[in-house]
Amino acid sequence: MPFEIWEDTRAQAIITAHAGHEGAMLPILHALQAAFGLIPEAAIPLIAETLNLSHAEVHGVVTFYHDFRRELPGRHVLKLCRAEACQAMGGDALGARARGKLGLDWGGTTADGQVTLDAVFCLGLCATAPSAMIDGRLVGRLNEARLDALLEQAQ
Amino acid sequence: MPLIQETDYGTPVSKAEKTVTLTIDGVKVTVPEGTSLMRAAVDAGIQVPKLCATDSVAAFGSCRLCLVEIKGRNGTPASCTTPVAEGIEVSTQTERLKQIRRGVMELYISDHPLDCLTCAANGDCELQDMAGAVGLREVRYGYAGENHLDAAKDESNPYFTFDPSKCIVCSRCVRACEEVQGTFALTIDGRGFASHVSAGIDQDFIESECVSCGACVQACPTATLMEKSVIDIGQPEHSVVTTCAYCGVGCSFKAEMRGTEVVRMVPYKDGKANHGHSCVKGRFAWGYATHRDRILNPMVREKISDPWREVSWDEAIGHVASEFKRIQAKYGRTAVGGITSSRCTNEETYLVQKLIRAGFGNNNVDTCARVCHSPTGYGLKETFGTSAGTQDFDSVTEAEVVLIIGANPTDAHPVFASQMKRRLRAGAKLIVLDPRRIDLVRMPHVEASHHLQLKPGTNVALITALAHVIVTEGLADEAFVRERCDWDEFQDWAAFVAEARNSPEAVSAITGVPADAIRAAARLYATGGNAAIYYGLGVTEHSQGTTMVMGMANLAMATGNIGRRGVGVNPLRGQNNVQGACDMGSFPHEFTGYRHISDDVTRATFEALWGVTLDAEPGLRIPNMLDAAVDGSFKAIYIQGEDIAQSDPDTQHVVAGLENMECVVVQDLFLNETANFAHVFLPGSTFLEKDGTFTNAERRIGRVRKVMPSRSGMADWEITVAISNAMGFPMHYAHPSEIMDEIAELTPTFAGVSYDKLDALGSVQWPCNEAAPEGTPIMHIDHFVRGKGHFVITEYVPTDERTGPRFPLLLTTGRILSQYNVGAQTRRTDNVVWHHEDLLEIHPHDAEQRGVRDGDWVRLQSRAGGTSLRAKITERVAPGVVYTTFHHPETQANVVTTEFSDWATNCPEYKVTAVQVSPSNGPTEWQSRYQGISEHNRHIADAAE
Repeated sequence: MPFEIWEDTRAQAIITAHAGHEGAMLPILHALQAAFGLIPEAAIPLIAETLNLSHAEVHGVVTFYHDFRRELPGRHVLKLCRAEACQAMGGDALGARARGKLGLDWGGTTADGQVTLDAVFCLGLCATAPSAMIDGRLVGRLNEARLDALLEQAQ
Repeated sequence: MPLIQETDYGTPVSKAEKTVTLTIDGVKVTVPEGTSLMRAAVDAGIQVPKLCATDSVAAFGSCRLCLVEIKGRNGTPASCTTPVAEGIEVSTQTERLKQIRRGVMELYISDHPLDCLTCAANGDCELQDMAGAVGLREVRYGYAGENHLDAAKDESNPYFTFDPSKCIVCSRCVRACEEVQGTFALTIDGRGFASHVSAGIDQDFIESECVSCGACVQACPTATLMEKSVIDIGQPEHSVVTTCAYCGVGCSFKAEMRGTEVVRMVPYKDGKANHGHSCVKGRFAWGYATHRDRILNPMVREKISDPWREVSWDEAIGHVASEFKRIQAKYGRTAVGGITSSRCTNEETYLVQKLIRAGFGNNNVDTCARVCHSPTGYGLKETFGTSAGTQDFDSVTEAEVVLIIGANPTDAHPVFASQMKRRLRAGAKLIVLDPRRIDLVRMPHVEASHHLQLKPGTNVALITALAHVIVTEGLADEAFVRERCDWDEFQDWAAFVAEARNSPEAVSAITGVPADAIRAAARLYATGGNAAIYYGLGVTEHSQGTTMVMGMANLAMATGNIGRRGVGVNPLRGQNNVQGACDMGSFPHEFTGYRHISDDVTRATFEALWGVTLDAEPGLRIPNMLDAAVDGSFKAIYIQGEDIAQSDPDTQHVVAGLENMECVVVQDLFLNETANFAHVFLPGSTFLEKDGTFTNAERRIGRVRKVMPSRSGMADWEITVAISNAMGFPMHYAHPSEIMDEIAELTPTFAGVSYDKLDALGSVQWPCNEAAPEGTPIMHIDHFVRGKGHFVITEYVPTDERTGPRFPLLLTTGRILSQYNVGAQTRRTDNVVWHHEDLLEIHPHDAEQRGVRDGDWVRLQSRAGGTSLRAKITERVAPGVVYTTFHHPETQANVVTTEFSDWATNCPEYKVTAVQVSPSNGPTEWQSRYQGISEHNRHIADAAE
C-alpha cells in the first residue's frame, strides 16, 4: 500500500479531524500512521500543540506501542508470534528461519524495501499456533513450508 | 543544626475528615480515610521498604517493594496503592514478604553499577538503603546479562546530571515533573527492558521542555539525577533552614552545608509558601554569593571619574558620616536621603528608615516598591484598609475561578504558579488579562477560558467594563455589599459603571478586546464560584496603577469575593522582601505598619523610643529626590541594595540626578550600574551571610539564617548601625532579633512577632498580635480592616504616552524565568545559559513591515532614549505591541521608558512606552557612551597606585 509523503498541513488536518474526541491521541496516531506509514518526530509538536500536551507526553505514548512506526515499513509486513503458545509449538525456530532467509533482525526491513519482519506477542490464535500475520491477514498452523511460501510471496 | 532528614510518608496526605482505625504489625493506628497503608505505617512508626513512592507525588505501585499482607485477604498488595480500611490487620514483615522483596532487589541490582563507594549519592541513596533494609546478600542473576551500565550520561543542564546507568525507572522524576512542577517535560520512552527516562523527545535535558526547577532531582532515589554541586563537593553534613532571596513567593529552603560551604539548597517540605517545591533560581542560582565579582572591601573616591580606593571600614564609615554632616550643614537638613532595599531583611530596612528619620532628621526615605507595588499599598489601603494581599498562597486550592491580571506567574513566581496550575488541572477556570500571551494562556494541561488581550494602558477601562456587566446583568452580591461595604458608595459606583460609555461594546474600541469576551469573562468571574484575583506589575506600573488596584478591589467586593479562602485580591510581589520593605516604614509618609507620619500619637511613640523629635512632614520620593538632585537641592543619598540606574525608568534622567550629587553611597554586593556614579561603596552581605526576616507576598514573615560568615565582614544591618553611630545617633543591637523586638514594640500588626515565635512556628503571617497570636492567613473575614469596604469610582483616563507616526508601537516590559530583576545575582550564575541577553519580542506582522528577521539587531527608540537589542519574532505579543526584559545592563531597556508615573504614588509607567523599532547594526550612541563611562568608573586602583 503506497503511503502519502509526510506533509505538515496534511498531518495537521488529520490531527484536527480527531482532536475533539475524548482520548484523541491514539486515534490520531493510528490515522497518521495509516496515511503516512509512520509517526515521524515532526508529528509530535503538532499533536502536542493541538491536544495541549507536552512533547514528552506524546513521545511517551508513541514509543510505548510497538505498532507505531518511527520508520517506513517495507511493502509487505510479516509478523511472527513469539508468545508462549507459539514458542511451545516451534515458533522460535520459524523466527530464526525467517530472520536467516531475510537477513534481518526483528523489526528490520530488507534493503530493497520489500519486507519488514516484526515480532508480535500473541495474535489471539493460540489454538492454531504457531501463528503469523502478513499485511494484516492472519495465518495459522505455520510450518517451514508455509513460512517459505509467505516469504516468497512477499519477496 | 544537624542534617535535617525529613520524614517521607511515601504518599500524599489525605484530607478526609472521617478517620479509620486499623492495626499494622500489632500497632493500632487511626488515620484519615483514603490514607495509604504505607503512610499509615509511618504514622505507626513503621517504615515499609519502598522505591517508587515518595510523598510529593501520588502512589504509583511499580517498584513492588512495599508489598504487605492483610489478614483474610489474598495476595500481597502494594502498601502505597492500597488504602486503609476499618479494622484490618496488616503485616509488613513476614517470611513471604522478605523473600519477595529480596527477589525484587536482586533484579534491580543485577542492572545497577556496584560503584557505591565512588558514587555521588553514597550516604544519600534510597536504593542503597533498601538493599540494606531487605538484607540483600547476593544477586543470583549475576551482572553479565544485558544491562544499561553503558548508557551515556547527560550533563547538559548546568546544575544537575542525568546518569541513566543508575536509573531504576521508578518514574518518580516523571511524576514530580507532572504533579509537582506541572511542566510534563519527562516521560518514559519505550517499554519493558527498553524503557528509560526521556526528557522531551529523547533530548538532552537542556534542549527539552525542562525548566530546571529541580523537582526531579529531589524526587530521584538514586544518583541518576544529581546536583553537580554534590558531585563536586560531597554529601552535606548539616542543614540550616532559611528563606529564598529571589521573588515574593519566599520559598523556605534547607541550606545543606559542609562547613561554611553550601553544598545545595533543597526546598523545605515544612515551608508553608512552597511545600517542598522550588524553581531554578532559588534551587540552583545561589553561586553569585561566592562569585569573583563580589566586592569585599569598602571603597571611597573623591570624584566619580577617579578610580576606586580600597579603604578600611572605619575610614569608609567615617567618610560617609562626615560627608553627610558637611552636606547637611551646607545645603540644609533635607538635602540628603536614602533608599531602603526590598532585597534586604526587614530589620535592615527598618534600620535604614530609622537612620534617615532619626539620624538625618528628615523623611527622605523611599524604597524600590515605589517603582513596583506602591499602587498596591495605596489602593488596597483605601478600599480594604490594609496595604497587602488578602490571602495565603494555599487559598488558591479552593479557588474555582482564577483571574490573572498583568502577571506572568510561570516566569516570575514559578513555585506559586505550580500550585496554581495544580488547581487549574483539577478543574478551576482561568481568565487572563494581559497584552501578551503568557504561558498560562495555554500550556500543557492548562488553558485559559478567556484571554482578554488588551492594549497596554487600558486596564482601567477594561476592569470598569467587567464591573458594568456584573452590575447591569444583576450579578453583584447585594447581600454581601449591604452587610460589608458602604451601600451609598456602592450605589454611586454602580451607577457610574452602568453608564453606557463603560459597556463592553463601548470599551472594546479602547481596549481592543471583543465585547462578548469581556461579557463572558465578567459572568464567569461573578458566577463561577470562589473567584480569586492574582495580579502583578502589569496592573501597578501604569499612570492609573492605583486606579486599577481599586478597580479590582471594587470587583471583588461587588461579587462578595473577599474575606474567605479561595477568593481575594492578591498582589504577586516581585522581590523577596518588597512586602516587608513597605511594612517597615520605607515610604516617606509612613511609619512601620502603614501609619502616617503626621499622626501625632504614632509619631510620639517613635519619638519616645528613639529619643528624638521627628519631622511630621513627608519627605521626598525617589523620583522627587532625583528631580531635586537635577535642580541642585538634593546632594547626598545612601542607597541600600538597589540599582536605580538600571531598574528605574528614564535612565538618562536618573544618571543626571546621580551625577549632580556630592555624595552617593551605594551598599551592594557588586559594583552595579548605580555604583558607576557613587563616591562610597559599602560591600553588603548576601542572604546566606546574615540573620533576619523576609516577608513574602502573603504577608508571611520567614527567618533568614546565617549559614556562612559575612564575606565583607559586615552584615548590611551592621553597616547601617555603624553609619548611625558615626553620625551621632547611636544604635545598639547585638543581634537582628533585638531589631525585630523593637519593630514589634512599635507596630501593632507586628506586636506578636519575635524570633522565638518564628523558630517555634516556622513562619507567621501578619497581623500577628494579641488578637491573632499565630498570625492571619486570610484578611477581612468578618469585616474590612477599615470598617466598611470602600468603593472608588474608577474613571478611565488614557495615558499621555500615546502612539503616533513617530512612535507607532507600544513597548511593555517584564521578567523571564531564569533571570531576576536587574540580573545582578542571576547574571552571575549559570542561569545565563537560558537567557544571556534581553530580546525584543515583536509580532511577525510588525517585523515584516520593518524588514526585521528573527535574531536581527533592532533599534528600539522612544522619545526618552534609544537602545539596541536582538529581535525575537513571536505571536505572544499582539500586533502593535513589543516586549522586552530588563535583566541586562548592556541593553538598558529603561533608557527607553519615560518619566510618566502613577497619579497617586509616582510608580513609573514602565508598561506603556510609545516606541519605534527599526533595523540596526549595533549598539546605540548611548550604549557606547555608557559602556565607556561604566568601564572607566568601575576601575579599582591597585594598592600601589
